[in-house]
Amino acid sequence: MAHDRDHGDHHHPHPHQKDHPVRVWERRESAIRSLLIEKGFLSAEQIHRKIEEWDHKSFAQGARVVAHAWANPAYEARLLADANAATAELGIDTTGPKIVALKNTAKLHHLVVCTLCSCYPRMLLGLPPAWYKSAEYRSRAVSEPRQVLAEFGTMLPPDTELRVVDSTADCRYLVLPRRPAGTEGWDEAKLAHLVSRDSMIGVAPALPAGSLLPA
Amino acid sequence: MAEGPFAPGSLVRVLDLPVKGHMRTPTYVRGHQGYVERLQGRFPDPEARAYGSSGLPPKALYLVRFRQKDLWPQYKGDAADTIAVDIFEHWLSPAGEGTGVRHGA
Repeated sequence: MAHDRDHGDHHHPHPHQKDHPVRVWERRESAIRSLLIEKGFLSAEQIHRKIEEWDHKSFAQGARVVAHAWANPAYEARLLADANAATAELGIDTTGPKIVALKNTAKLHHLVVCTLCSCYPRMLLGLPPAWYKSAEYRSRAVSEPRQVLAEFGTMLPPDTELRVVDSTADCRYLVLPRRPAGTEGWDEAKLAHLVSRDSMIGVAPALPAGSLLPA
Repeated sequence: MAEGPFAPGSLVRVLDLPVKGHMRTPTYVRGHQGYVERLQGRFPDPEARAYGSSGLPPKALYLVRFRQKDLWPQYKGDAADTIAVDIFEHWLSPAGEGTGVRHGA
């Protein structure tokens, strides 16, 4: 996949130095930000703090949710029925958009994309990777998803049904990957190490049990 | 929660509304038929919210599932492959009714 160098995400105003000429949207964001500060709606410090807060969010929350679901079938059922309530059970603040969990099985695989912009379950996965926001991923994930998966190294058997979900509106989608073989009896903290960000977007399976270095 | 105009399993067609500016219905599903999988809830209309209105009353948002082979004639993959898209109620009509025709087609 081509990697998008565009960091101009409207949720994530970066007042840092640019490695490319300033674009029109960046100029607009900068003008709006200056006005908000000048008129006293926000302080520069508040903006910096928010950026740092988002930069520190990772996909660890999502991994914790998946590992908990792998270890607890009753929790998995609650997660699939109402993901906002189920994630709140784990103390995660998911008061924003509606979250929907999609369970992968041996015969069914889910892939998440936002063709219109970069909608992403940020409350669970942090900020989306650059490729998720690229025009290439956003267009090809809907029109030739199996080829896109293959480029991520995920060879989907022909008889596995592929369901792409385009998060166009008020819902955010979390893929619940399959639990790797050979992890019977593992505790949740150990299981969580196998839950990669990409597996919760659906471009890859969870990491194999053998990928963990011996403790 | 009441189901709104479309029950799960309903065959619907995505309208090709002449909406300019911000909207949440991708062009690749317009004019196409799909099945309502479920009602996701009711949410303020993003087309109104983008321009300073409240978007109220909220509109029903449906997860609509399309067969990949219906959307992309050249689709390479399993016949069972699908794509699901969240679509607001005013973009949907019962299949076989309404205009259902792509503009310029």
